[in-house]
Amino acid sequence: MTLTAKAAPSTKQPPSLPAMHTVKLTVNGIETELQLAPWTSLLDALREYMHLTGTKKGCDHGQCGACTVLVNGKRINACLTLAIMQEGNEITTIEGLARKDADGKDGLHPIQQAFMDHDAFQCGYCTPGQICSAVGMMNEGHARTADDIRELMSGNICRCGAYTNIVDAIQSVMNPQPDAA
Amino acid sequence: MTQQTYIGKPINRLDGLDKVTGKAKYAAEFDTPNLLHGYVVNSTIAKGKIKKINTQDALGLPGVIKVFTHENRPKLAWFDMSYKDQDAPPGSPFRPLRDAKIRYSAQPIALVIAETFELARYAASLVTVEYEEMAHQSDLEANRHRARKPASGMASLLKPPPPKPKGNFEAAFAAAPLQVTGEYVHAVEHHNPMEMFATTVVYEKGRNKSGGKYTVYDKTQGVTNSILYAAQVFDIPFKDIRVISPYVGGGFGSGLRPQYQLFMAMMAARELKRSVKVVLTRQQMFSFGHRPATIQTVALGASAEGDMTALYHSAVGETSQFEDYTEIVVNYGGMLYPPENVTLDHQIVSLDVNTPLDMRAPGGVTGISALECAVDELAFKAGIDPVEFRLKNYTDRDPLADLPYSSKELRECFRQGAERFGWLKRNPEPRSMRDGHNLIGWGMATGIWEASQAAARAEAVLLVNGKLRVSSATADIGTGTYTIMTQIAADTLGMPLEDVTFKLGDTDMPAAPIEGGSWTAATVGTAVKTVCEELAKKLFKLARKMPDSPFASVSFNEVVFVNKMIQLKKDSLMAVALQSVVDSNGGAAVRQISTGLPNMLKQRKYTRSAHSAVFAEVTVDEDLGTVRVTRIVSAVAAGRILNPKTARSQILGGMVWGIGKALEEESVIDHQFGRFMNHSLAEYHVAVNADVHDLDVIFVDEHDDIVNPLGVKGLGEIGLVGVPAAIANAVFHATGKRIRQLPITLDKLL
Repeated sequence: MTLTAKAAPSTKQPPSLPAMHTVKLTVNGIETELQLAPWTSLLDALREYMHLTGTKKGCDHGQCGACTVLVNGKRINACLTLAIMQEGNEITTIEGLARKDADGKDGLHPIQQAFMDHDAFQCGYCTPGQICSAVGMMNEGHARTADDIRELMSGNICRCGAYTNIVDAIQSVMNPQPDAA
Repeated sequence: MTQQTYIGKPINRLDGLDKVTGKAKYAAEFDTPNLLHGYVVNSTIAKGKIKKINTQDALGLPGVIKVFTHENRPKLAWFDMSYKDQDAPPGSPFRPLRDAKIRYSAQPIALVIAETFELARYAASLVTVEYEEMAHQSDLEANRHRARKPASGMASLLKPPPPKPKGNFEAAFAAAPLQVTGEYVHAVEHHNPMEMFATTVVYEKGRNKSGGKYTVYDKTQGVTNSILYAAQVFDIPFKDIRVISPYVGGGFGSGLRPQYQLFMAMMAARELKRSVKVVLTRQQMFSFGHRPATIQTVALGASAEGDMTALYHSAVGETSQFEDYTEIVVNYGGMLYPPENVTLDHQIVSLDVNTPLDMRAPGGVTGISALECAVDELAFKAGIDPVEFRLKNYTDRDPLADLPYSSKELRECFRQGAERFGWLKRNPEPRSMRDGHNLIGWGMATGIWEASQAAARAEAVLLVNGKLRVSSATADIGTGTYTIMTQIAADTLGMPLEDVTFKLGDTDMPAAPIEGGSWTAATVGTAVKTVCEELAKKLFKLARKMPDSPFASVSFNEVVFVNKMIQLKKDSLMAVALQSVVDSNGGAAVRQISTGLPNMLKQRKYTRSAHSAVFAEVTVDEDLGTVRVTRIVSAVAAGRILNPKTARSQILGGMVWGIGKALEEESVIDHQFGRFMNHSLAEYHVAVNADVHDLDVIFVDEHDDIVNPLGVKGLGEIGLVGVPAAIANAVFHATGKRIRQLPITLDKLL
């Protein structure tokens, strides 16, 4: 399709669209090929084109952390990166975090179970981001105390105010009590 | 005669698995083939007229389907009545794309529809607008002289205006040996739930009058509210439209009215006969309702011994030019304290802003934040400990309505909260505690919130597989509705939790009111209890008719429902399994629809409220003026606690909101533009993890069989109301500075 000339309001060139790109993404171990506008964010690629809606959009500006995913084990805001920049990387979303149990059935990551047991969410919208962020934070290995966790989890806003339960849930996984299985 | 196997137990949230695995679907997450994407364009001026709106550049892009503006929008409902929703204040509701007039900054003025989100967003940036600007007014302080009484309407039933003065405030205040007077100024706040407002309309072709069928996934605190709005505005019969909202990513009041993305998505779907999704941006989350800015005056008088004799509380709040938004701000002092001489007043000022909207503890947290700071000031003047002072001025009756409380364990809240906090060790002297360069302060405040109940309907079905399905078109905005309703149903019919499901958020289900005002547990809970009890009677009748029934000559009162069986109370061996009852029903499920109604005759003789006592510790950096809330204890008396785990979470959330309101949240308006300038989560500060430290919740035992059949009072607001005042009072204790302007940012302390 070409642009029609009659619509141009001035002598300047009418706006046009850049070409679509083929983007290969490896998400939760599965490689997918997508046709995307080059400015498609990783977040929109996941939500709108791969229908992995577990990753949430809360601001689209890297200010809330709801879109946190893991790229090669590191936590990033999926809204602050273009899909095309993530080719060749291992992307893990909330849908791919659950481990298979011994029978090959979907199990839960210990953080997911801890979030349920500690009621570390209410509306659930920030939860996938909180969980991915917590896993990323544990991978970083800098958090020692509850204050560390509070600081290092402050990129993930929870408007329902489940913060104390989030910290408890993460601590229960980082420092399991001896009596816990 | 409900048993309590599950009620009162800290059961994990039943929707938890869906939420931690990403399976829970919110309004923007329902995929459908050939979905179109909409992106809204908003005005850049606060008042005036659109002279010209240029859409040709946007339309020139391949894949852009249409740009809707006031010039080409379809014909819509004519009368205001069609646009009035269940939470509409008196006035004339805003109608998107109605005409060229601009009524407030960031008003939605166009909708770009394209094949992809990226394209719609880019095309929207190409829409240019020429305005005829007019002078606007957005400054409450500069316009307070125009304050007036609000119009009354349907909304006034739920939010009654202040009562007439009692006694003679002026004389009593003049004669009072102890007096305090202060003006309290609160900033505008925005709800900012984490999920942005979104509507996905799935369109199915049809030859009917409305051109097809519409399944609408909407972010809302009430699907019934959304369907009424969409059906009336777009003239679609109820049978052709269904609104679904299984999960809501936070509400806090923002979803009590249909927001404009619902209008936009419905309009585009109906016109284009396509499925359409419209998602607002975080910036656009500042373009609809907000907690109004307010200016309050509180004056209190007391005897030399500290007995309160005079109370004056007035508030001026902002509203839009088209609706009179009101909330109950000033009544609470009259309910909590005993002065004989009381004058209360609430007025509003119309500004060129959008209509304010109920935001968590609307009015209550505003009024109580001012009142409880003034009470703290008075106690300090009287030289009496703030807890002692409140006990001295305690009322067992509601002096304002002259009615007894249905229950009020506030005294016990003071006792248990103070004990947990270690309040007795407090040195009353301001600036008496410090840790290095940090001043430490301890403050406390009282909270109160109405325990309301409305009517709701619910359905209970004993399925052919012997499992129970209960449903009601209510919402779970993170409050735990799914979980507590399942607990109530399971206990009422003596079934294990895993055999019971509760469904909500679908207009195909029996109607329930909008979820707000802390009334859902009472309202829908009563409906669920009622429908399960009535289903029990139906099942018992069926059981009696079964061949060789052990109940042939037994009445309903002689049996219990337990372990998936109907059992004779006197002889547990005389029992019939619910599975056999449904089997005997000719292979059909047994269903019942019932209405849960408040017992007005019983309730009207009492004031029904939840109470709290909040104790806060802050540290204030003496050099920098930064305030940190190091711990809060909130002791809450809110009737029966259905699930201590989800209940505690609600109170914790309220406390976090209290920290935000006291110290951080402020939508800053630049009056030159009449526009909120910090419209992002980077600049509109809400409490983050590092702002929140030690939070402790106590539920005080409280029995109440008047408030509703379950004895619950609701928890959505009571966790918040007393917190900002407790923090402000702690800041005074730390610094000796009485800050009457919220939020208490560091500039106010230096």
